[in-house]
Amino acid sequence: MASSDAIPDFKQSPDGGGEVGVANMSGLAAGPGIKSAREVAIIALVAVLVIGGAELLLLAFGVPQYVLPRPSEIAWALVTDFHLIAPHLGHTLVELISGFTIGATVGLILAAVITQFPFAEKIITPYILLLVTTPMLALVPLLILRFGFGYEPRIIAVALASGPMVMINATTGFRRVDSAKIALARSYGASTLQIFWKIRAPMALPMIFVGLMVGSIFGLLTAVGAEMVGGGFGLGNRLTSYSSMIQMPQFFAVVLILSFLGILIYMIFFLLAKRYASWEA
Amino acid sequence: MAARDSQFPKLDVREATKVYHTRSGDLLAIDRCSLAVEEGEIVSIVGPSGSGKTTLLWSMSGLHHLTSGEIALDGQRVDGPHPDISMVFQDANLLPWRTIVANIRFPFEIKGAKPDTAWIDQLMHRVGLEGFGQRMPRELSGGMQQRVALVRALSFKPSVLLMDEPFGALDAFTREEMNHLIEEIYLDTRTTIVLVTHSIDEAIFLSDRIVVMSARPGRIANIHRVPFERPRSLEIMGTKEVFDLTHTIKSEIVGDQISKARNRKNAANLSKAS
Ligand SMILES: Nc1ncnc2c1ncn2[C@@H]1O[C@H](COP(=O)(O)OP(=O)(O)OP(=O)(O)O)[C@@H](O)[C@H]1O
Ligand SMILES: [Mg+2]
Repeated sequence: MASSDAIPDFKQSPDGGGEVGVANMSGLAAGPGIKSAREVAIIALVAVLVIGGAELLLLAFGVPQYVLPRPSEIAWALVTDFHLIAPHLGHTLVELISGFTIGATVGLILAAVITQFPFAEKIITPYILLLVTTPMLALVPLLILRFGFGYEPRIIAVALASGPMVMINATTGFRRVDSAKIALARSYGASTLQIFWKIRAPMALPMIFVGLMVGSIFGLLTAVGAEMVGGGFGLGNRLTSYSSMIQMPQFFAVVLILSFLGILIYMIFFLLAKRYASWEA
Repeated sequence: MAARDSQFPKLDVREATKVYHTRSGDLLAIDRCSLAVEEGEIVSIVGPSGSGKTTLLWSMSGLHHLTSGEIALDGQRVDGPHPDISMVFQDANLLPWRTIVANIRFPFEIKGAKPDTAWIDQLMHRVGLEGFGQRMPRELSGGMQQRVALVRALSFKPSVLLMDEPFGALDAFTREEMNHLIEEIYLDTRTTIVLVTHSIDEAIFLSDRIVVMSARPGRIANIHRVPFERPRSLEIMGTKEVFDLTHTIKSEIVGDQISKARNRKNAANLSKAS
């Protein structure tokens, strides 16, 4: 009954002990904060200079399109061919969202459960680490053999890539026990379940958001990678197909869409964290 | 003033003993401590660091299970947290993700009861925190946070209030302010209070009795009665009586540590000689 004997006097760092290095990416959640109109102006100016500079340089040196298309050509391809790319974007989103939802749900539940049982945590953690560090793309050929060229192998790969990421960060969050706050709840007669929902879960929330962010980005990488391995649809499939046909403007248009997707995911979780877990800042 | 209608003390600590089982062996934190706190009494516990003050207080709150001995509230044995006992922790211990109001409602949420808003508003007014309900804890100063903690602890009208060095982290002025506040609220509610403190001044200003503990193992070394009428003014703090009492308690605490250190030294010398 170690927890019932805990004393608040023990100076415990609010971060808790034993954080797993790979999982600690809270820096990501800090995010950039844009302050003034002047900053915005400078950022826009730099962007124009970089893009315009690239355009001019490529023009000046006469770099052929199949080596590196000019920004204007990429933008044009994005406009003219978007209706061709859009269905593939849809497929990728389906894989990403369903795979991530499955992975994140399982990851969160596992994290919540194993942190209640320190011994179970000791047993399971090495396998989770293994799942985090093994690129799930490696399994895709195998999954394709078993499940064919449809959505299934990709969704499974996305779930396997994002789930452990969510889990390992959430575990770090749930492990941040603040014995004084738990004692506070107990002094009012809180049950274990109440302590979980009213103390442990809110304390873990900032780390959970980090996990969701990192996990979904990993999911995106894995979805695109899996699409490149096999199957006739998805943004990854477009990448292999456009590059084999040397349609470089279209190829880079897809890359642009992927970057946009990544940034969108980042923004979503950044804003969610700001809204629901900003008390920590 | 409520008439004493019971033959039992409000809070009865009988031969309380607590052993912590740690990796480096067992540690006897408090050893057969007995103390009867009467209804409407303020008792302070002072003593050197590690003398088991927190352990004793947590045992009274039901947060600790005693190794032997027992705690009784109104003659009823206390096994685990009790709805009539409320605890104020060291450094406010507010939940940083909740607003001040939500922090104060937290006990009601846990108990599944409807918050007594009229009483809470009155307390907020009393401690000067009206209009701060929607703030977040980090927006409040340390003293204000501790006042929120006090309101939270009193919000459900406990009959016993336990406080573990509640003002230890505050500056001297804020601390004095808090002491007056406690006295004022006490005079109003006559809540039974047990207070762990490092400040002998605070103990004398607030308490009816002062319990001095000695360390290793934690035992009750002495109990002093503080004879002044309430409300107490700061003037009493300058009297000879207070000066003498302070001196006595100080020498009991320090003397205990010095004699323990001397014993350790002697023992070391002996073992060296042999
Ligand atoms: N949870 C615990 N596990 C093991 N030992 C503990 C635990 N809590 C306290 N102790 C030990 O028990 C003894 C009494 O501790 P306690 O915190 O009750 O003392 P204290 O009088 O409150 O000290 P302080 O004035 O420093 O707050 C100390 O030696 C301490 O190290
Ligand atoms: Mg203590």
